[in-house]
Amino acid sequence: MDRRRFLIGGAALGCSAAASPLVTPVAMAAAPWDARLVVVILRGAMDGLDVIQPYGDADLAALRPTLLTGEAGEATDLDGFYALNRHFEPLMGLWNAGQFGAVHAVSTPYRDKRSHFDGQDILEAGLPDLSGGGLRDGWLNRMLQVVPGLEPEVAFAIGREQMLVLAGDAPASRWSPDARLQISSNARQLLNVVHHDDPLFRDASAAAIEIAEQISLQGDVDAQTEDMMAQSPMMEAVQSNGEHVKIAEFAASRLRGDTRIASFSINGWDTHARQGNTLGRGARALNDTILTLRAGLGPVWDKTAVLCLTEFGRTARENGSLGTDHGTGGAMLYAGGALRGGQVIGEWPGLAEGDLYDQRDLLPTRDVRDYAAWVMRGLIGLDQSTLEQAIFPGLQMGPNPGLVL
Amino acid sequence: MPFDPTIAEIRFGMGLSPDIAPPASADDMMARLTGPDAAAVIAPIPTYTDVYPSSMDFRNASRALNAARGTDGEEAATELQSKLREDGRAAVALFLQAELARSVHTNDGFRERLTRFWADHFTVRATSGIRRHLVSPYIQEAIRPHVAGSFADMLVAVVGSPMMILFLDQHQSMGPNSRTAQQRDRGLNENLARELLELHTLGVGGGYTQTDVRELAELLTGVTANAQRGGYFRAQQAEPGAETVLGVSYGGGDASLDHVTAALRDLAVHPDTARHLAHKLAVHFVSPEPDDAVVQAMAAAYLDADGDLSAMYDVLLQDEGSWSPEALKVKQPFDFIASSMRALAVPLDTILNATLQDVRRVAQRPLSVMGQTWQSPVGPDGWSEDAENWITPQGMAGRITWSMKIPRDVLDDLPDPRDFVFHALGPTPPEPVLFAANAAETVSDGIGIVLASAAFQRR
Repeated sequence: MDRRRFLIGGAALGCSAAASPLVTPVAMAAAPWDARLVVVILRGAMDGLDVIQPYGDADLAALRPTLLTGEAGEATDLDGFYALNRHFEPLMGLWNAGQFGAVHAVSTPYRDKRSHFDGQDILEAGLPDLSGGGLRDGWLNRMLQVVPGLEPEVAFAIGREQMLVLAGDAPASRWSPDARLQISSNARQLLNVVHHDDPLFRDASAAAIEIAEQISLQGDVDAQTEDMMAQSPMMEAVQSNGEHVKIAEFAASRLRGDTRIASFSINGWDTHARQGNTLGRGARALNDTILTLRAGLGPVWDKTAVLCLTEFGRTARENGSLGTDHGTGGAMLYAGGALRGGQVIGEWPGLAEGDLYDQRDLLPTRDVRDYAAWVMRGLIGLDQSTLEQAIFPGLQMGPNPGLVL
Repeated sequence: MPFDPTIAEIRFGMGLSPDIAPPASADDMMARLTGPDAAAVIAPIPTYTDVYPSSMDFRNASRALNAARGTDGEEAATELQSKLREDGRAAVALFLQAELARSVHTNDGFRERLTRFWADHFTVRATSGIRRHLVSPYIQEAIRPHVAGSFADMLVAVVGSPMMILFLDQHQSMGPNSRTAQQRDRGLNENLARELLELHTLGVGGGYTQTDVRELAELLTGVTANAQRGGYFRAQQAEPGAETVLGVSYGGGDASLDHVTAALRDLAVHPDTARHLAHKLAVHFVSPEPDDAVVQAMAAAYLDADGDLSAMYDVLLQDEGSWSPEALKVKQPFDFIASSMRALAVPLDTILNATLQDVRRVAQRPLSVMGQTWQSPVGPDGWSEDAENWITPQGMAGRITWSMKIPRDVLDDLPDPRDFVFHALGPTPPEPVLFAANAAETVSDGIGIVLASAAFQRR
């Protein structure tokens, strides 16, 4: 009856990861699989219709009179039906290499109230709704829970913000690249004394000291990452040196070591006004992040999957201030050498009046969790039943979309 | 549990100070709160209306520069513009300094806490670099005068404030059938209307629908802002006709700000709003899972008092659960820094005479590392209430580093850690902290251990 105990018995992992020739003894010590999964939460609701523009749909242009799409918007054609927003042009190299793609007309099960905050909670919890105190943990953490004996450094939540998607009972590390910590050994012992009876403070302080030490010991790994990035032509396209680039650099340096899962967020997608410009900010951050990961991961990129998820899409119709309001269906972007890019997949619902959800939003034709589940199935070798019951309870994954190479 | 002065200062105020007497009773706290605002006098912050550099200063400078292009005056005009920008950046640190001075030296800490609570409830972010220094003046003008008064007054002031209007795109929203929208082919933007219902009044669990969001958005059209006039009502962009929000019809006839204000005043005293605000206050001050009976009583008192916030606070302070010795909340980073300086008794002059570089080193940059980049929460829902969100490895790295390094930078003479543990934690500090304060190798480590302890960080 106890699902978790059953899983800890070892049934959770299929054979593909364990049999992979890429699994080295060092990697085995940290996690019994070798692939890398990066989950990026795009907070603010990315407008999937503007990023991956279905310009082959005759109804799109009329819905978006000033948010120009396709050729008129200087977008790059992808496959004759979809075009990539001009702000994402730096990712075309990866598209052409088959390492960047998208899934369209997807969403979480969240409907109707269109709150960012509830939408993000549902996305990260991986649950159908927030009833029943659903916010106990995130789906990436539940993924860790089904694999026994993982060390905390296997999974990293990066940045200053809380990442519910990785929060939960399974140990995971949290760090922000701008954090530093050096204290004397005496002070360290006394901190243990004063935090002894308070698990929250005790664990966070112990983790802080351990991670800070690890990072200073692994200076050579970071130096390697820097060298690789300095030599990589990918970095030429990186436009800034902002916080998101530091986060991506840090993620790359961890993922080149024992870390298998990293998660962080990119904010700024809530484009209610002047979307033609305001979308550019999020786009630059996301481009920089993906290109920095590509450069910083070096050969590890080939076994890496990056999934970019957002809480919901935006209204099909442009609003009255050259932007869009909160909607429902949208797009998931993905990248990485482990995934089959160079394609936009998903069942297209159409944009005619009768095709829209609630007469205003892109109709989601598939649950975005299906794709995340299939990626974990292919990448990590988790059982379908584990994914449908323990990680995304109640999900029916449906047919395999074949994202993993 | 009865009222306790130590808990009053730590849980409801800015922390203990060896120099400032804590309140003597819940009534004393309410008397201080409803009396004159003494802290604002020792460290003034201008209102949005009075601030330098103002939005008009920036607009005039940019017009002057455009006019001077290619003339002898271009260099001077460019210089003026960059000076304004620099003064704006300096003002951010200057106002942070003033907020620290108030919090460290006030004898009415509850007012500082409530001001930050309501400023967070009505979060705004600067949407342009030249408005970054205007968040504190917004709070000074729209929030602070109302923290012990009518919530409806605060709501009306906030919705009329250019900072909120610009932050949630209200200036971009035009009634689809308004004159401006017809001429300029523009229309509605739902952003402010949605957050007003979801965050500011009824709460996301409240009884409203997408149709209410839409109708309220139409009603709000006309509310706009510009550099010259600040927030104002522009009838040409208001949607003609009446709108129905939560079953009540507003407007019709000539468009007027009065229709908007009437709706805001109704929303302010809606039972869902009362419950939402009461729950949020109890969560902020006392417990992540507050007693439902207390929340109900707070909401009822608020409605009975026609939306007077003091009535709500009074119920909370009179409740025995508020004085439980178990500290379930943790100090957010600003409160951690301010309460540390308060326990250290950093003199007022030291704070007010600090250079901008000092303010950035002691407060602004450490706040970012601890996860609370000054006046820049990610979304309009403000900062997290969860202890787990703050007490993370990186957050603790920031707090421990601050505790160990900053006090000796700020004060020439650090107190003896064996005394300081009582200044910071009151007459009965936990045994392990007492032990650690005595066992530290150096004075600054001793101070640091006390400040970094869970006992000091919790409230």
